[in-house]
Amino acid sequence: MRGDSGFPVRVRFTKHGKVRFISHRDVARNFERAFRIEQLPLAFSEGFSPRPKVSFGLALSVGYESNAEYLDVELTEPVDVEALPDALTAALPEGIDVTGTCRLLDRAPALQESVSTVQFLVAVTDAQGTPLAREVLATTVNQALSGDSLVVTRTRKGRESDDDILPAIRSIVLLDATAAPEFDTAGDAPVLEFTLATQPRGARPREVLDALAQVGGIELHDRRVLRTHQWIERGGARLEPLAADAFTLALEARAS
Amino acid sequence: MTELWPRVEPLLAGVEKPARYIGMERGSVRPVHRPSAVSWLLVYPDTYEIGLPNQGLQILYEILNEREDALAERAYAPWLDMDAAMRAQGVPLFSVDTHHHAGEFDVFAFGLAAELVYTNVLECLDLAGVPVRGEDRRPEHPIVVAGGHSVFNPEPMADFVDAFVIGDGEEAVGEITEVVGAWKRGGRASREAVLRDLASIPGVYVPSMYEVDYDGPAIAEVRPRFDDVPEVVEKRTVADLGDWPYPKRQLVPLIEVVHDRLNVEVFRGCTRGCRFCQAGMITRPVRERPEEQVRTMVREGLRRTGYDEVALTSLSTADFSGIDGLVAGLVNDQEGCGNVSLSLPSLRVDAFTVGIASEIQKVRRTGLTFAPEGGTWRIRQVINKLISDDDLFAAVEGAYSQGWQRVKLYFLIGLPTEMDEDTLGISELAREVVKIGRKYTKKASATASVGGFVPKAHTPFQWFGQNGVEELRRKVFLLRDDLRKSGATLKWHDPAATFAEGIASRGDRRIGRVIEHVWRNGGIFQEWSERFDLTRWLDAMAAEGLDPDWYVTRHRTDEEVLPWDHIAAGLHRDFLWDDWKAALQEHGLPDCRWTPCYDCGVCTDFALEHVVASPVPPAGGSQGTGQGLGFGREVPVELITKGQTQVAAG
Repeated sequence: MRGDSGFPVRVRFTKHGKVRFISHRDVARNFERAFRIEQLPLAFSEGFSPRPKVSFGLALSVGYESNAEYLDVELTEPVDVEALPDALTAALPEGIDVTGTCRLLDRAPALQESVSTVQFLVAVTDAQGTPLAREVLATTVNQALSGDSLVVTRTRKGRESDDDILPAIRSIVLLDATAAPEFDTAGDAPVLEFTLATQPRGARPREVLDALAQVGGIELHDRRVLRTHQWIERGGARLEPLAADAFTLALEARAS
Repeated sequence: MTELWPRVEPLLAGVEKPARYIGMERGSVRPVHRPSAVSWLLVYPDTYEIGLPNQGLQILYEILNEREDALAERAYAPWLDMDAAMRAQGVPLFSVDTHHHAGEFDVFAFGLAAELVYTNVLECLDLAGVPVRGEDRRPEHPIVVAGGHSVFNPEPMADFVDAFVIGDGEEAVGEITEVVGAWKRGGRASREAVLRDLASIPGVYVPSMYEVDYDGPAIAEVRPRFDDVPEVVEKRTVADLGDWPYPKRQLVPLIEVVHDRLNVEVFRGCTRGCRFCQAGMITRPVRERPEEQVRTMVREGLRRTGYDEVALTSLSTADFSGIDGLVAGLVNDQEGCGNVSLSLPSLRVDAFTVGIASEIQKVRRTGLTFAPEGGTWRIRQVINKLISDDDLFAAVEGAYSQGWQRVKLYFLIGLPTEMDEDTLGISELAREVVKIGRKYTKKASATASVGGFVPKAHTPFQWFGQNGVEELRRKVFLLRDDLRKSGATLKWHDPAATFAEGIASRGDRRIGRVIEHVWRNGGIFQEWSERFDLTRWLDAMAAEGLDPDWYVTRHRTDEEVLPWDHIAAGLHRDFLWDDWKAALQEHGLPDCRWTPCYDCGVCTDFALEHVVASPVPPAGGSQGTGQGLGFGREVPVELITKGQTQVAAG
């Protein structure tokens, strides 16, 4: 989608607190308004109803929080990329903070295609909101990961199908009680760290929890879910999306 | 005050559109509750998406929050899933700004734009732990206030609302704040005392200060209980809209809502004189906003909100003086409004209007809506919607020839003197419109949207007996059959809901029991067709021993005491009665902005004037120019005292 003459920018932002209840589409609309409030030189699509050229990364479920969401926006002329985070944060709803920006390489691959791994923290309780025993959880995780498959039932286009999500699970780690002290503010629920592939077929945190619950014969409720990272994997390395295709880094790399 | 967020948050995982309940809109505030400030909860008793854009509540929200002695927050009716979750967990109604307990505010104020939301008012009060009936409230409970167009007949809600604000609220909310503030500082003694003080504020109607005597089903008399309570409550009117450039900080919701755009009110009031239109009658006189202020509000509003669409709102925006210059200026103001689309809701039906529309919709010309309201010129003279067939055809010709493909036409059925040839005139017009469109594009389509007419208080049609459910259905089916294979689509509003709206629109105090009965039987969100069931309303009427037809389909006489006679919209009863007679004689009345005064009463009694920049009517429309106002044959006015069938026969 990117032309040669434009000024593409990648933006990293958070979704924290109450704003986690708005949808992916709502986030997009709020960004479009923020871009206009800050009078960014937006590039528009052609056609009957021109839209700003903005493309978002992987959708985050309503209710989940994130430290690491991304979008790419195409501008028509250069802007001060360093000044963007503060300016945009001021124009966005509370809880959506822009934490980094970079000028993108022309023709950098789209986020949707290039992000291949994501990481979540999940505070788990039983259905009544009571924290689960760590031992039970540890046994369940080990049992699930050591099996040949981990099947969940998905509904797609009104049809149910049984899918194995084990290939999409890179790791599930039961964090030490002290590893994420700030995370479960509501209490002392154990925290699982999911590292999940998004390609070719991804798995969602909720699906992983359902699979674990089935394996362990327990109830698993996600009290809080936080996306901590998204990565672009290239040549065996995990790259943060701002770093992966930044214009300046690429220049430096070429120069060296 | 009780912070409820920790109890609300766990419920949100299980409801649809949880962002309805989080607030945080750009422009919203989180006021600090303090003993020195009267706390107002402004409630729109429908879903967030419908309630948030309401301009009236947004204006009052800002005005109150600018005051030292007041603060305001907002709440909306929780949708059924959230309502059930809240009740199951014992979570009361809360404000969206700071998630405070709704029942702990000093003033609980409802904006009432339509009658079918009345049962939601009771639901909101009950969810907040506030007794629904005023007589059951104690000093610790909020003072329950209501405003908006529907309260021009406050009586059906008299049992539930402590004080109604009739007319513009900008000034009255400050005066109410002062009275409630004094009561609060004095330790919230008797409610009776504070209500009596409220009753002395101009435009404030306190129903408990009035006795109603009945003579059988009829009202014999409505009288104040005390000497210092006014016999008639006159509406409040803001004389100069230029003094009130609100909202200055229009709320920008995080999720999609109706009218999701910047809205700038360009004038209030309308003197077109459409006889069915309550809004036009009760908001007189016309008060235009200065053009320069409109420009500033548009420019600054777009800059602040980031919206890419702005609507110039009013009851008939093409009537704004110098509308063409204003529109051209805004469209060409690339500096301030670059890549912004402009919309003009409530457009007149004429070629001039289409010219303006083509000026603003340069690219995407999909649909255009006109409201001829009546199917024949005869009935349009009766309702004083003075659009000739040629006006409509010229507008439609203009639309299709300039690239629009869909035309939507709004009509009312069940109008006074309506005969089947008038009803069928709707399908004739629709067919003709399709025919015109097909000259330009094979894709041309037309939709005729028909709604049953509900007579409203303070209009010339307030004496008219509404068509019953069966009669409206018959007319709908007449149209449906006639429009088969015509290329035009028919859409209609449920005649059963129209009937219930009739009960609530012209009801008296006894209808309060009916509203409560419907609510107690689960009848909330009644304006949502999937939630509406007329049986609930008819059962409630039966249980209260009231005859629905007496309230809905019966013609009223000149002598009858109407339930809202002690509320004054400024229109002389004689004027309305004469206009009703003129209607029956098929006699149209041009717009008084550009013709001599008819002495309707508003300007003279309230020492007001129309604030209009142009002494001449806008170009294009037949209405107001005196063109072709034919006089119909005489209809003896006495007919209407004798019952429905004779008038219906014409």
